[in-house]
Amino acid sequence: MISQTDEFFVDASRCIGCMACVQACGECDTHRGKPMIHLETIDRRSGVQTTPVICMHCEDPTCAKVCPADAIKQDDEGIVHSAAKPRCVSCSNCVLACPFGVPKMEIEMQLMMKCDMCYDRTSVGKKPMCATVCPSGALYFGSRKTIEKIRQEIPVNEFRFGEQVVRTQVSLMTTTEKQSLEMDVMGFLAADLKEEDPLSVIRKGAPDVAVACICDDPIITEDSSQIPVIL
Amino acid sequence: MAHLVINEEDYIRRYGPSLNYTPESGWKTEQADRLVKTHCCFCGVQCGIQLKVKNDRIIGFEPWEEFPVNQGKLCPKGIKRYLQNEHPDRLKNPLIRCESGFRSAEWEEAMERTVTAIQSIQSRYGKDAFAFLGGASMTNEKAYLNGKFARLALETSNIDYNGRLCMVSAGAANKMAFGIDRSANPWSDIPKAEVVLLAGTNLSECFPVLTEHVWKARDNGGKIIVIDPRMTPIARTCDLFLPVRPGTDSALVNGILHIMILEGWVDEDFIRNHTNGFDRVRESVHSWTPARTQQVTGVPAANIVKAAELWGNARTSILLHARGIEHHTNGVDNVLNYINLVLTTGRIGREGCGYGTITGQGNGQGGREHGQRCNQLPGGRDINDAKHRNEIADFWGVSESELPGEGLTACEIIDAIEDGKIKGLLSISFNPLVSIPDSRRTKAALEKLEFFACIDFFLSETGRHADVIFAGSLQAEDEGTVTTGEGRCIHLPNSIPPPGNARVDWKIICELAERLGKGQFFDFRKSEEIFTELCAASKGGPIDYSGMNYQKLEEDFGIFWPCPNSNHSGTPRLFEDRCFFFPDGKARFHGIDHRGPAEEVDADYPIYLTTGRVVSQYLSGNQTRRIGDLVDQYPKPLCEMHPKLADRLGILDAEEIRVVTRRGTMLVPAQIVRTIRPDTVFIPYHWPGKQSANQLTNRVLDPISKIPEFKVCACRLEKIHDEPKKEVPS
Repeated sequence: MISQTDEFFVDASRCIGCMACVQACGECDTHRGKPMIHLETIDRRSGVQTTPVICMHCEDPTCAKVCPADAIKQDDEGIVHSAAKPRCVSCSNCVLACPFGVPKMEIEMQLMMKCDMCYDRTSVGKKPMCATVCPSGALYFGSRKTIEKIRQEIPVNEFRFGEQVVRTQVSLMTTTEKQSLEMDVMGFLAADLKEEDPLSVIRKGAPDVAVACICDDPIITEDSSQIPVIL
Repeated sequence: MAHLVINEEDYIRRYGPSLNYTPESGWKTEQADRLVKTHCCFCGVQCGIQLKVKNDRIIGFEPWEEFPVNQGKLCPKGIKRYLQNEHPDRLKNPLIRCESGFRSAEWEEAMERTVTAIQSIQSRYGKDAFAFLGGASMTNEKAYLNGKFARLALETSNIDYNGRLCMVSAGAANKMAFGIDRSANPWSDIPKAEVVLLAGTNLSECFPVLTEHVWKARDNGGKIIVIDPRMTPIARTCDLFLPVRPGTDSALVNGILHIMILEGWVDEDFIRNHTNGFDRVRESVHSWTPARTQQVTGVPAANIVKAAELWGNARTSILLHARGIEHHTNGVDNVLNYINLVLTTGRIGREGCGYGTITGQGNGQGGREHGQRCNQLPGGRDINDAKHRNEIADFWGVSESELPGEGLTACEIIDAIEDGKIKGLLSISFNPLVSIPDSRRTKAALEKLEFFACIDFFLSETGRHADVIFAGSLQAEDEGTVTTGEGRCIHLPNSIPPPGNARVDWKIICELAERLGKGQFFDFRKSEEIFTELCAASKGGPIDYSGMNYQKLEEDFGIFWPCPNSNHSGTPRLFEDRCFFFPDGKARFHGIDHRGPAEEVDADYPIYLTTGRVVSQYLSGNQTRRIGDLVDQYPKPLCEMHPKLADRLGILDAEEIRVVTRRGTMLVPAQIVRTIRPDTVFIPYHWPGKQSANQLTNRVLDPISKIPEFKVCACRLEKIHDEPKKEVPS
């Protein structure tokens, strides 16, 4: 059972991009196959970093403030809900204004839909679905005390976007050390390989081509020095 | 004989794969009658999960947070697996081949036809001309039954299983080094390690829930070393990343051992008192200086030294590996060499210290223990060992001479079919047309079969070639046990009955045996009776389950073998007494002289091709390619390549290119990423036909384990729209 003081923590650095959160969100009884969260791939060309995007449940939600139809409501527990269907005019103001990129416009339903922190589950003592299944701990639901004990990262729930300061119910885990991580395999290779043509297979003194075979493949057993180098 | 009779589109139209997105009764909120606590049907982690059942239909899932291994965590495959059960493609009747493809048939006809064909082929060509292929996604009960059925009812030596494509290199090396084939530690030891070395395991995509175990080690201050030609999600945040050139794993280990021995980062006492053969290691690593190792592996010398320093000086450590080092013609050597790293430090058999191979298939561990391998009898016994043969012959009540000898391995069975030596085949839960290298030859082999019968729940690409299909059972439709990658035997309750006229697999096998005149050996009324017999058969063998029963497995969240008597609570961690499973109690070092892959790159095929998995698909995809949301997540194979290679060849992202090897050609879109070595490309293998990476791979086998070399072969990339250059006369 969850406790009243349990909170939601997101650590994007732990995300492995598996989509378990998104797939499970759709399976939640009231969601009827439609996930209310999504996964962002940062830049697949540069790396495998991904991040789950769940609603941060701002104290003073920007999405609600910009809604011309007053369709987005925050309940007494601070949960910011999807747009109310009779009111939503599907103008997408909320989608454009949210500093975290959370709401999505469902064009065919003409409705903004977003994560409500699994109100139907938390109200009966269960953790939100995505945080229950997340296999890597990128999504965590529990007490602040516990997460501060088991993790080295620090929870942060105040963010600055230019002049705007946003405080949220959900915390992001961040590292105190600022590091620039090398994300290119090239950076981990031996220096001489970095300059090498990837197609030039006969590396200087490459010792194992001639003895490589365990079968009598003539292509492999022939004298490797005779194989031309592609330039 | 077994040529396809209608075109592919027609098979797909009738039998799928079609995409199922919603539960059978739609998304209306239904209250379940019951929640069944069971396990995922996919990888060797076997996460606990609860299936929601209403009126004997599975309508959804609910996390099961009490199961200690995953505590409710799941990957997308586990979340969506229930959509198989009420799937429109599900086979509900036996099928018999006819001019228009297949027709539904009664069980009587399917059985009669199969038994007649078995008898006809065996009377004309000999008993061994009929082969059996099993699978490691099935329960221990079925693995045991398959072995017994092949030996006593089919009387063939040619039985093997698809674990031959999976864990056999590790299994063989484990037996050679430790005398026992099991991961040495429970996964709960991972967070307690100061250094976790992950070799050739795309852990976060293939075993996602183990990710948190590894990262807990890091939260505790531990260091993670990842060895992989690709920067996989687990490699992204590791402390030391060694992107090894495909096929050079044992060279890299020799380089690391070289430094450890040079610096004295070895446990001399442990080596002296508990091992044999270290001198041979000393010899074989002698010439592997950091410079030479760098040259062969492409890993910077400084990082090789760093790895030796981290591993050598740790107080606690865990080494985990998977198919990345095993799928090679030197797969056994690679595993043995990694075991050398463990034995050199003596860090095994203690809390937070040890070793394990992560099994890829649902019952990758148990599926290889109970006698469905060509060289194995129940209880992990050796079919070539006279004592073992006698024990099992006595147990089964037959004479030793009636037990067939060692048969062919899975790939060799396919070869023998192609060569015309094997004429008939019964396969269960195996899709070799997708999963075995050189698929053009696999297809040619299937077309030569005189008779082919399949037991399966969906019609696989391989099954299209069959004469008879028996509609079998999905995991949730039967009761049984599986043994996870950590050696924990767990119970799977029966969630629902099979749909329509489909039957549970073991009843199909038992009836075939009955009709072959061997019913007295297969008189089982429920799967628990098979388990009881399996446990009794294993008594006194290397793999001893004899103290287990279903009730104990349920009560204790499973039991780790060995469990040799009913008062025994199982053995989560092996070797705590520093005693290894050899007569002298000592573990064995094996000095490894590095051999490269069977096919090296050359001027015509200058790029390494490696293959593997994606998180949303499972093995040959016969289950997961039918689940809409999983297919949408990664719909078709892509060829990962580094921008440096792509730029050199003028290939753009998403451009369809031609990948060519000596076996075949494949058209596939390029995915340009910096997360792979520039001399290597990667294609995942879950798809059939023209999308199959196994059109390209090389069917050469490790001489000991007979695993094929999925992880490295030579290829070239061609732009499709480039005209071949014309010779200009000078």
